[in-house]
Amino acid sequence: MAEIDSKFISIEGIARRYPKREGGVTTIFENLWLQVPRGEFVCIIGHSGCGKTSVLNILAGLETPSDGAVIVDGQAISGPSLDRAVIFQGHALLPWRTVLGNVAYAVSSRWRKAGKAEVDERSRRFIELVGLKGSELKKPAELSGGMRQRVGIARALSIEPKILLMDEPFSALDALTRGTLQDEVRRICTATGQTVVMITHDVDEAIYLADKIVLMTNGPEAMVAEVVANPLPKDRVRDSIHRHEDYYVVRNHLVDFLVSRSRTFRDEKPAGYDPRRPPIVKLGSAAQAAEMANTIPFPATASARD
Amino acid sequence: MKSLGVRAGILSVVLFLAFCLAWQIAVTPSTSSGPALDPEYAKLMGITTVGAQSAMPGPLDVAQKFWDAMKNPFYDNGPNDKGLGLQLLYSIGRVAIGYGLAVLVAVPVGFLIGMSPLAYRALDPFIQVLKPISPLAWMPLALYTIKDSNLSAIFVIFICSVWPMLLNTAFGVGAVRKEWLNVALTLEVGAWRRAFTVILPAAAPTILTGMRISIGIAWLVIVAAEMLVGGTGIGYFVWNEWNNLSIANVIVGILLIGIAGMILDLILARLQRRVTFPE
Repeated sequence: MAEIDSKFISIEGIARRYPKREGGVTTIFENLWLQVPRGEFVCIIGHSGCGKTSVLNILAGLETPSDGAVIVDGQAISGPSLDRAVIFQGHALLPWRTVLGNVAYAVSSRWRKAGKAEVDERSRRFIELVGLKGSELKKPAELSGGMRQRVGIARALSIEPKILLMDEPFSALDALTRGTLQDEVRRICTATGQTVVMITHDVDEAIYLADKIVLMTNGPEAMVAEVVANPLPKDRVRDSIHRHEDYYVVRNHLVDFLVSRSRTFRDEKPAGYDPRRPPIVKLGSAAQAAEMANTIPFPATASARD
Repeated sequence: MKSLGVRAGILSVVLFLAFCLAWQIAVTPSTSSGPALDPEYAKLMGITTVGAQSAMPGPLDVAQKFWDAMKNPFYDNGPNDKGLGLQLLYSIGRVAIGYGLAVLVAVPVGFLIGMSPLAYRALDPFIQVLKPISPLAWMPLALYTIKDSNLSAIFVIFICSVWPMLLNTAFGVGAVRKEWLNVALTLEVGAWRRAFTVILPAAAPTILTGMRISIGIAWLVIVAAEMLVGGTGIGYFVWNEWNNLSIANVIVGILLIGIAGMILDLILARLQRRVTFPE
């Protein structure tokens, strides 16, 4: 069981290749391996063009990998599934349906035989959960960007997915709205132990939300450079997170990666780099204490790149 | 300051009155100016009956005829003397049948074409060739093969209104946003339910645009077709009154054609508004 739980999502050697117009093949990424344990919140971070959206679409089943497979809960995925809900970058609400209609569409797709009253009740419950009580009968066009994305979140959560997939869900929102929505998502996901894979290019968002942060190098031929374990405590809150002693250690590490190492990593791979097992990097005070006791150096720590 | 609508209404009425006045002045026989018609010549030309009065009726004559026609629109005194309302109903009936058949064919077929880029590409040249053919060009072929003038008129309505709807439906279905389809896919919605719950509502405004273009074409076509096939209908009425040299009745017919066409368009416009969604 523990084995399955730590490999709840197992990405096994997937590749994405496109035929080039002048012949030949462009490889966005290949031989990509990643494991996500059950109940963990994982952010994938990288520059545009590294194929992170492709990775998410493959997880969602909307794209098929050119190679490799993805195994979820012991089963290889073969297409989209109600087990994996997607929150799209553009909210992707059906504009001719009301808020309630949009959520009810998902609920009635999940429980085909449910009666109208049941579907209605459940939809309203999730609309209330994301703080949209009173807007059930509005059309998406009457809502602000943040409210639309809330509906998208309610729709995704209402079907009780095993995995929640998010593709830069807050990138189109203003900073204030983004902050409140991040709070809500974190509150709901930690309360329910939801397994989440989220694409982002926002370093602060990743540090606030994620348990693990996956760093992808620049494409083409992108790869997972390392997985950073978030050293900040589970009960972190937005207001004080930046005062935590490890906050800037992590932040600097991520920013350094995005600024330079995402470009140079491919040519300067640390010794012993194995794409099947991307190194897990532990940062901050707790990790340093452990390092003192342990003589084996961590691969790919900040010092390795000089 | 009154609202724009009220002001526009007042301006419309003023323009209408000015037009009628100009019309009346233009057809009023002038007594003082110009040389009087030589009576001999007038006799030769067969216009003695109207004297100096122009054959062109004034607005009051037309209004009188219009009122007469509206008083009893549905009488039927044999093939050459039917009420205008009845004639109009014949035309609308033909359009309804031909156009209805076109909707039944164009929307489902357009749907299938729109779903398949291959079919869209393969059928496009045929549609592009068939679309610009004048309705009346079909008439001889229709009359020869169908051998029934009434059915031929309906066929011509059908063949002319089918293309805009077909193209618009195919285009609307093909242009449904990928993300909406992805929503349905991730919710494991089956093909049939997806067609009716995502593709149809998303394409509905485009489909209705095609239907609106088509009803306009159908109404243009029916008048011309009825002039050719004869018998009944508002187009036949106009042609018949031309043969009777009753220009006033011709103008009444023209007016009614315009009003009926406007109402048909308004109905479609209202339907279109109902399916249009703001984004």
